[in-house]
Amino acid sequence: MRKYCVLMAAALVFAGSAMGVAAAEEGESLPNSGADIKDVKSLQRGARNYMNYCSGCHSLKYLRYNRMAKDLQIPESELAANLMFTTDKPFDPVISSMPPDAETWFGKQPPDLTLIARMRGVDYIYAYLKDYYVDKTRPWGVNNLVLPGSGMPAVLSELQGLQKPVFKNEPDEHGSATMVLVGVEPMSAGALKPEEYDQFVRDIANFLDYAGEPIKAKRQSMGVYVILFLLVFFALAFLLKKEYWKDVH
Amino acid sequence: MNDQVDHSRRRLLTAATAGTGVIGVAFAAWPFLASWMPSARAKALGAPVSVDASKLEVGQSLKVAWRGQPVYVVRRSKAAIEQLGNHNGLLADPNSRDSQQPPYIEDKGAARALNPEYWVGLAVCTHLGCSPLGAFEPNNATQLAGTDLGQGWPGGFYCPCHGSKFDVSGRVFKGMPAPKNLTVPSYTFSGDALITIGVDAASKPA
Amino acid sequence: MAAVPDSGDPSKSSGLLGWIDARFPLSKLWREQVAEYYAPKNFNFWYYFGVLATVILVMQLITGIFLAMNYKPSSAEAFSSVEYIMRDVDWGWLIRYMHSTGASAFFIVVYLHMFRALLYGSHRNPRELLWIFGCVIYVLLMAEAFMGYVLPWGNMSFWGAQVITSLFGSLPVIGAGLVEWVRGDYVIADPTLNRFFALHVAALPLALVFLVIAHLMALHEVGSNNPDGIEIKKLKDSNGHPLDGIPFHPYYSVKDTMGIAAFLLVFSAVIFFAPTFGGLFLESANFEPANPLQTPPHIAPVWYFTPFYAMLRAVPSFAGTQVWGVLVMGSAIVVLFFLPWLDRSPVKSIRYRGPIYKAALAIFSVSFIILGVCGMKPPAGIYPLLAKICTALYFAFFLLMPWYTRIDSVKPVPQRVTGHA
Repeated sequence: MRKYCVLMAAALVFAGSAMGVAAAEEGESLPNSGADIKDVKSLQRGARNYMNYCSGCHSLKYLRYNRMAKDLQIPESELAANLMFTTDKPFDPVISSMPPDAETWFGKQPPDLTLIARMRGVDYIYAYLKDYYVDKTRPWGVNNLVLPGSGMPAVLSELQGLQKPVFKNEPDEHGSATMVLVGVEPMSAGALKPEEYDQFVRDIANFLDYAGEPIKAKRQSMGVYVILFLLVFFALAFLLKKEYWKDVH
Repeated sequence: MNDQVDHSRRRLLTAATAGTGVIGVAFAAWPFLASWMPSARAKALGAPVSVDASKLEVGQSLKVAWRGQPVYVVRRSKAAIEQLGNHNGLLADPNSRDSQQPPYIEDKGAARALNPEYWVGLAVCTHLGCSPLGAFEPNNATQLAGTDLGQGWPGGFYCPCHGSKFDVSGRVFKGMPAPKNLTVPSYTFSGDALITIGVDAASKPA
Repeated sequence: MAAVPDSGDPSKSSGLLGWIDARFPLSKLWREQVAEYYAPKNFNFWYYFGVLATVILVMQLITGIFLAMNYKPSSAEAFSSVEYIMRDVDWGWLIRYMHSTGASAFFIVVYLHMFRALLYGSHRNPRELLWIFGCVIYVLLMAEAFMGYVLPWGNMSFWGAQVITSLFGSLPVIGAGLVEWVRGDYVIADPTLNRFFALHVAALPLALVFLVIAHLMALHEVGSNNPDGIEIKKLKDSNGHPLDGIPFHPYYSVKDTMGIAAFLLVFSAVIFFAPTFGGLFLESANFEPANPLQTPPHIAPVWYFTPFYAMLRAVPSFAGTQVWGVLVMGSAIVVLFFLPWLDRSPVKSIRYRGPIYKAALAIFSVSFIILGVCGMKPPAGIYPLLAKICTALYFAFFLLMPWYTRIDSVKPVPQRVTGHA
């Protein structure tokens, strides 16, 4: 019996490390955004940032204003004054005013972002908003390290400043030297200092993480109570079993 | 089998485990039952509706949808309002004791409205749910839907399906198929003629 | 309620129970199937998974019904209706996570349950039909899970369904027509979704429930096996009860309660803290609505199908057709049905078998897990070769079994069970 346990454990360790390797293999590892879904102030700032800079083009069609207000502890007066368009009602979802033929300007309709954090992860969003660089070959003059060929203009460049690409001379498979894009570096200053900008986009990424699953923070805190209850129930069931099984020899 | 079975310990442990289990099942069942409550979308669709009645002329009415039902807003003439106390003999429930309206409407007596100039009520006949037609002026020769409403018509509503008659405060006449006065929903005024249906006059959403 | 005349016979129930018993075998069923069903006293850890599978089945039925109250089975509305459940329906998120986690939990439990049979010979005479019922349940469960995964109509739902239904296309002559018939359209579309919904919510659950009842009836007809693989009914006491048996109630009812509590602890930890389980239980690509124009960069079935998917890809195209991969994948499941007749060992339990079977089972289990890992990866690097080797090992376990179980050494099997839980 022990041999199976050893072999099974070995197989599981192999499987587990394979999965870990796979996670690293699939694209460059993204920097940790540091976003904390339980940080309500960050979510509030993120909501404000999103409404001011993103909601003009990107809808959040599965997120209702009143749900956001309740979860983020935003009073309804604040909601109406700063976060909604005048025609929106609190129970409405967040719909951008982008017309349906925006493909003509951007090559692609700006996608709805309610679930982007569930599709790509919060770290992806953080990295994406930080990794724009100038690229004269693109229609809007910018490109993105995380999503090459992105059709979105660098809407936050007034805050971040502009960045330029960093190339490295590396031999390709035939041995000849080619310039490979390895990163970005600042080119001109923006309205925010680098740490301030990082916090700005961290808040947006955090807010989008919330938008992807509004119940997330609550389910984690609920889970603690559920586990505690089940531990008590298990302890009682265990004692009950032991008591009855005294009969069995 | 063991001869020295500690029965009281077994009873205690069984009771404790079973009791905890029942509590657990109750907590587990709650979310399923609660999921039947109106969802956020249902609440959004059933949210209060605002109506601007300022463009209504005397004797005119409009209908607006609230929670899937039609709601009348009628701008009543002075003559119709004055008549309201004069025909209790025709009515089945002149004081609206057996009918549905918010307490602050019932307190208004015959006018059955926050502001007597505007009457607000569900355009749903209390018989079988048809939408009554309006003939709001007191008149002796009113014809509606091919029916002569008779002498001494005080103004009000007439339901074409089975002939129920209501006065201009929605109060049902005696001897009609309809048993009750037309229902008045919760509503409130903000401004002279801006009516929000679905919100109590003490400004709590219904 | 008329009082039942008290005949003075203590074995007959009285009162309300007596009224029912005179018309329905309630007390009889309780006595025969629970209170006086004698099970071996040496059940160990591996014997929890049967009752856990039943608990999960009930849970999937209940959560599934409540999901169906708000889900819309049309290609236009399905994806939105799932988000509606997650956000607008009170507690909808919990019901959804219970159902999605329950599906993966079902397969973990069922695979461990089947492994127990391989350990202790629970598929052997006189339990061959019990094993066959179990195999049918396994096949239907896979169909149920496959169709359930299509319902959210995410991009992985769509493309997974597209790929798997096109497998039928490789069958000669009937292939193309068969695919169109299954789909109800030229590609996966609204008709496909609607019929999968009907099958997933009504037809297959009904079939599964009947089969589980048949499975339990077959079990109770011959009695349970045990870790020593000996038939406890051979030695009975003066009351006619097996010497090594104990009544299911109260001994296994309390033990299973404890087991269920432990399961719920793990299950709840997943639901409340890691419902997507790193993308294994709820895949990231499925949070994007179905897009017939864009395949996800990395199509893979859900983890519980990946071993068979790896076998499908491991078999190369031959004579211009891919059908061989489909046949190999199908045979991998069909071969399970023959297990009771492939196993020629004179003993049932691994405790009394020789080193050959132990090695074979270990190799088989590891190969199955490695196949699962291969199925999750793109076919590059060492994975294609690994998949081919492990597919061969998987089949070798079954096809060589008549030979190696016969030549394997055996240890003497005791008369009485060894140890108890």
